[in-house]
Amino acid sequence: MTDNLIEIKNLAFSYGTRPILNNVNMAMSRGKVIAVMGGSGSGKTTLLRLIGGEIKPSAGYVKVADQIVHQLSRDELFKLRRKMGMLFQFGALFTDISVFDNVAFQIREHTGLPESMIRDLVLMKLQAVGLRGAHHLMPAELSGGMARRVALARSIALDPMLVMYDEPFTGLDPISLSVIGNLIRRLTDALGMISIVVTHDVQESLKIVDYVYFLADGVIAAQGTPQEVKSSVAPFVHQFVHGEEDGPVPFHYPARPYQIDLELESVVA
Amino acid sequence: MSRTVMDFWVGLFVMAGIGALLILGLKVGNLTSYNAGEVYNLTGNFENIGGLKIRAPVKSAGVVVGRVLDIRFSLETYDAVVTMGINSAYQFPKDTFASILTSGLLGEQYIGLSPGGDDVMLTDGDKIMKTNSAMVLEEMIGRFLFDKASEN
Amino acid sequence: MRNRIVASIQAVGHKTIDGVWRLGKASRFFVWVLLKSTTSFLRFGLVVREIYFVGVLSLIIILVSGLFVGMVLGLQGYETLQKYGSESAVGTLVALSLVRELGPVMAALLFASRAGSAITAEIGLMKATDQLAAMGMMAVDPIARVVAPRFWAGVISMPLLAAMFTVMGIFGGYLVTVVFIGVDNGSFWSQMQNNVDFRYDIVNGVIKSCFFGVAVTAIAVFEGFDAPPTAEGVSGATTRTVVTSSLVILGLDFVLTSFMFRGVS
Repeated sequence: MTDNLIEIKNLAFSYGTRPILNNVNMAMSRGKVIAVMGGSGSGKTTLLRLIGGEIKPSAGYVKVADQIVHQLSRDELFKLRRKMGMLFQFGALFTDISVFDNVAFQIREHTGLPESMIRDLVLMKLQAVGLRGAHHLMPAELSGGMARRVALARSIALDPMLVMYDEPFTGLDPISLSVIGNLIRRLTDALGMISIVVTHDVQESLKIVDYVYFLADGVIAAQGTPQEVKSSVAPFVHQFVHGEEDGPVPFHYPARPYQIDLELESVVA
Repeated sequence: MSRTVMDFWVGLFVMAGIGALLILGLKVGNLTSYNAGEVYNLTGNFENIGGLKIRAPVKSAGVVVGRVLDIRFSLETYDAVVTMGINSAYQFPKDTFASILTSGLLGEQYIGLSPGGDDVMLTDGDKIMKTNSAMVLEEMIGRFLFDKASEN
Repeated sequence: MRNRIVASIQAVGHKTIDGVWRLGKASRFFVWVLLKSTTSFLRFGLVVREIYFVGVLSLIIILVSGLFVGMVLGLQGYETLQKYGSESAVGTLVALSLVRELGPVMAALLFASRAGSAITAEIGLMKATDQLAAMGMMAVDPIARVVAPRFWAGVISMPLLAAMFTVMGIFGGYLVTVVFIGVDNGSFWSQMQNNVDFRYDIVNGVIKSCFFGVAVTAIAVFEGFDAPPTAEGVSGATTRTVVTSSLVILGLDFVLTSFMFRGVS
């Protein structure tokens, strides 16, 4: 029986009156890479924000390391966040400080370690992502892929038990795609943490993940291992995995019949 | 921009700012000439103070020897009682004249002290007995016209 | 037609309610910034860094503007006063105008457009690029770390900049009247020193610039933090900072002046 580090039960969230998530149930254990996939607006980013405690659910709960996230006090939440890392969509590096200082940020803020130790730690993290030689550069001087890797190094700076990746593969060239994918897998195994990858990218993620959840219209439409997902015949999963134009997610935006719009027929007829 | 260079410029900035404040205080304002010593009070009654204001200078022979501290209306004598703070370094005889004068054409009004020849000096709280009120324009014009009329 | 009138009245009401709601939001934010300012003082290096960006980099515009304003005051003042033979009073005119009003107000307006908009844009962009969210996820409070140091940097820099503006202005007036036109040097300074009271004029002017510093920086910081995380959002926020700051400065100036310079007897 694996120890579930993260448990999500009956989670629901609404933005005002608009329901975003409904009755979501998930369980994740250490050393696993979990993918959360779905179309735009399916609630993937909202899910990450609920896990990180940025927003409170309207029903259900998220449990991380046996703590119910939305019931924590501010201080307790901050302590929990120190054990979490997050990789934002385009890196979200602090643009006014160098790569080195970016990775060192959390270490400096939350530990009292001397600079010599911090230097070693930072260089080790950068080595893990292959950018030790770039530690003196400023974020503006990095390419997209490099910035993403630095952000990854930054998110693992305090050896967290959970890292969340918000669309880590977006806008990358094939080499960088594969680099990031492999890094996510290697680091998860090496540090024994949980990686939750929110993504559209089916090909890259199915290569590295252990389990997949599909979100559609705020509910879990399907779940399974990469094998199960690739061979699934459920229409939604099939359309998503094989990139089909038309299916449960329609190609055409709802509109009047074509002939009427082109005025070839009148409305009455 | 390294840390130390930035610190340098910020330090310079703050010093320049404080320097500007000091310049304003010392060179532009009247802080230095602000009651550099002890002060004793004299009063004087004037029929008309004209445009005299509090903090107006009190001068003798053109030199500032004190400031007007207070101006009140006396219900006993129905005239203005002016309290002056005079620098303790300057002593004036009992028969000094206090007149309200104007500096320049548009200038502000001040009190001019012309010393008399008495041996006894004025001390703190004394009253200057001989005063000349301010010249009011309407009265002057009226007097001028009256004189002109009586000439003919 | 009637619908349009109703709609425009509704729009006015809507805007007013919106404005009041925003004012409440801004006030609460202001209190948060004050409460979380301990980091700014414990790690004063953060504030020093911001003073550089907000104060030092505003120096040029402040000094040059001050110089020109003083020069114009000197010219215009001389032009009018010499008709009454009172040119020697031009020093007093320049000094009092600058110390009481033009120094604090103009320096604050320039500060709002240069430094205020820069602060808003920076914070807004940090919000739009998720840097503030990233900081929050790393359990570092963005208000304490990013917003408060900028606020205190603005509050500290404003009076200093206003004083420097005033001094440059007086120098400009001196340059034009004494050096170029030929007004008597001695009477320029002596009349000024006689008529500018330290406590009444200078201190009040400094107090004004302190109030302006708080107001402008608070507005700049709030607009940046509250900006929608898009390009249009940030640009709208910077514009709002400059416009709102300018109006608040002028309004606050009236209120303060009526308190301070009431009945110059």
